[in-house]
Amino acid sequence: MSVVLEVEGLAKSFGGVRAVQGVGFAVDAGEMLALIGPNGAGKSTCFNMLNGQLRPDAGRVRLLGRDITGMVPRRVWRLGVGRTFQITATFGSMTVRENVQMALLSHAGRLLHLWRPATDAFVAEADALLARVGMAEQADRVSAILAYGDLKRLELAIALANAPRLLLMDEPTAGMAPRERVALMELTAGIARESGIAVLFTEHDMDVVFAHADRIIVLDRGRLIAEGAPPAVRANPEVQAVYLGAGLVHG
Amino acid sequence: MEDLLIQALNGLASASSLFLVASGLTVIFGVSRIVNFAHGSFYMLGAYLGWTLVTRLPEGLAGTPFGFWGGVLLAALITGLIGMVVEMLLLRRIYGSPELFQLLATFGVVLVVQDLALMAWGPQDLLGPRAPLLRGSTDLLGLRFPRYELFLICVGPVVLGLLWLLFHRTRWGRLVRAATQDREMVSALGIDQRRLFTGVFFLGSLLAGLGGALQLPRESVNLHMDLAIITEAFVVVVVGGLGSLGGAFLAALLIGELHAFGILILPKITLVLVFLVMAVVLVVRPHGLLGRASAPVRGAAAAPDPPVGPTPRPLVIAGFAALALLIVVPPFLRDYEVSILVDLAVFVLFAASLHFIMGPGGMASFGHAAYFGAGAYGAALLVKHLAAPMGIGLAAAPLAAGLLGLAFGWFCVRLSGVYAAMLTLAFAQIAWSVAFQWVEVTGGDNGILGVWPAAWANTKLVYFYLTLALCLGGTLLLRRVVRAPFGMALRAQRDSTLRAEAIGIDGFRIRWLAFALAAAMAGIAGGLFAYAKGSVFPTYLAISRSVDALLMVLLGGVQTLSGPILGAIGFAGMQEQLMRASDLWRLIMGGVIIALVLFFPQGLAGAVRRLWEGRRA
Repeated sequence: MSVVLEVEGLAKSFGGVRAVQGVGFAVDAGEMLALIGPNGAGKSTCFNMLNGQLRPDAGRVRLLGRDITGMVPRRVWRLGVGRTFQITATFGSMTVRENVQMALLSHAGRLLHLWRPATDAFVAEADALLARVGMAEQADRVSAILAYGDLKRLELAIALANAPRLLLMDEPTAGMAPRERVALMELTAGIARESGIAVLFTEHDMDVVFAHADRIIVLDRGRLIAEGAPPAVRANPEVQAVYLGAGLVHG
Repeated sequence: MEDLLIQALNGLASASSLFLVASGLTVIFGVSRIVNFAHGSFYMLGAYLGWTLVTRLPEGLAGTPFGFWGGVLLAALITGLIGMVVEMLLLRRIYGSPELFQLLATFGVVLVVQDLALMAWGPQDLLGPRAPLLRGSTDLLGLRFPRYELFLICVGPVVLGLLWLLFHRTRWGRLVRAATQDREMVSALGIDQRRLFTGVFFLGSLLAGLGGALQLPRESVNLHMDLAIITEAFVVVVVGGLGSLGGAFLAALLIGELHAFGILILPKITLVLVFLVMAVVLVVRPHGLLGRASAPVRGAAAAPDPPVGPTPRPLVIAGFAALALLIVVPPFLRDYEVSILVDLAVFVLFAASLHFIMGPGGMASFGHAAYFGAGAYGAALLVKHLAAPMGIGLAAAPLAAGLLGLAFGWFCVRLSGVYAAMLTLAFAQIAWSVAFQWVEVTGGDNGILGVWPAAWANTKLVYFYLTLALCLGGTLLLRRVVRAPFGMALRAQRDSTLRAEAIGIDGFRIRWLAFALAAAMAGIAGGLFAYAKGSVFPTYLAISRSVDALLMVLLGGVQTLSGPILGAIGFAGMQEQLMRASDLWRLIMGGVIIALVLFFPQGLAGAVRRLWEGRRA
């Protein structure tokens, strides 16, 4: 399998707090890699450095062999990285379809066009993407009034619009009902395998993580403490200590 | 050397006065997040009330120190109470409204106060008495310096000290500081916000009134004091950092001295200088000298803007009917009426261009008149210096305005909210100063005359059709652009910067180009206006014109594409009618604005739309 994302020696401090130190890992095409860790472990910081929302203090991020460290998010996107957010970010004044059309128009480099109405552009493509995530029936609804789970699915459709090689999903199922969580992750895993997209996601729900991740990396206080297949990570005493508290391990 | 020292002292004295006004403004903003236009009116009221109290004293008191100083303090107190009443009756109801609506409401108060002051005190300038105990001058380092100025120099630091004590040594002051940092948390702690806000308004207005009353011995009291001081106070508050008292003091010193020395060194560009400093400060330190980014107001996020759908059929029909009327009727109208229609058409495009960046763009511009004026001057300068024909003049108008928009916009679109509004204001004032002070080229205050249309368009009727075609074309083009990918990208970056960046939209570039496009359209409006009037004047770029444009857009409603059209017609029509029908047009206009903000927060078009949707639902 080919490596899509390679990270080495990533570090970031806020004031005196070392949020992330010396983190390195890689994600292969078609692989679901989960990034887990307790609150404050540095998951979000780590994540935000991957697509350029934060500039790392040290380390390298390579996408398909190309150095993208410190590139602004919109350039990272143009190189094939889709992103969903912990708190969904969509265009509230637009319909579901228009949200996807926006990403398609941007991908086609047509943002500066002044004449043809945007709603007529890439209708079929947008609807196909929406159908893929099960949102076809809601295409004409305004995104501001969507239920939270639907917003997450819309974000996925937007993230898939530029045929990405890598999906970065920050807490993709946060705020969703249990049944919806399973459905969304199965959907994502299916798309990833089918299209050979590498997926890196953070997640709090361990059921989701152990059911859907091919591999797991564990962060604690900014450092990588474990990496491996789900059963191995589950059995790792250090990981257990971090999650269950030191008390259990020592007695 | 002596001159320099005198100027430095003069600068300190004006800095003190400026600080009094600015401190009130900044405290009010810090807590309520309201940019209070009416603050200048309170300053003016303080001066007028002080004049009345001091000059109309009963026999025994007139001329005594107690009479004068008591009068000044009483004037400040009454002004504070007036501010409190305004807060309780009006502002309290609109704390949840968008910033610009609050601004609009306080501007309504400005208009009302102007006419009330006119009724109470008449149009003539009033001269105040000199201050007892502080008459004459005193020797200072071998120089004779007026005592009253020395007194003023002391007032600033004393007031700063008192305010510091109030805010750091009393429970109330700590609450105010806490509310400045995080309003929601303070209310979550069980503090009655309403009383806190009312108290802050009392204090702020009192400071403004004191500042006004203390001007009595220095200058005459007149009806222009309000807008003159509020512009300067805005500059001081923004340069210092919104909500920061120390910043306001520093900035007042800076601006006061800048004025004093600017007159000595560069008398030609004093006006530009102040705003240039503000622009530089905002570009280098976007939150002012001592300001910090304020905590976002959580939970109070405005409802998302409604989607832009296709134009409803009835609206299309109404539009065509209106157009048919506009083509058929004018030949039967008198010249005067046709020229009013020309003005209306111009204002529709002007308002639509501002709406383009305010509505879909989500940016606030407080200086849109700069581009209107740039179009007018662009055309007029070609006529004056190169005797250019009308076609070239009209083509140059959007070009000049668009280029100015590119230049100014490059700075302005980096900021957001009040800071962006103030930076656009600063640039507009710079443009105005250039038109006003570069007499050799622009004719200064006398403007440029003889900007007449070409022979073929030299009747009111033909010129109206030309204006209608261009303004309608421009307005429809903007509507089209809003629906095109570019306009969608503009709305996208407004709705969610995060998402826009994450799908490759360069928000800065989109905002910048949109700003320039809006400027170019305003330029067309300005150019047409110049030829319609046959002349251009610096007032074309003045603040009041920028405010007019804002009023049109907000009156009509920011959230609908038809808003600016209705707003421009409603506003310009109302102003025109009121000015002819009544001496009290400001009072009525201000009342209407306040009523609109209170009862039609979505503007005229929003209200019509709701009626329409309600009927269909």
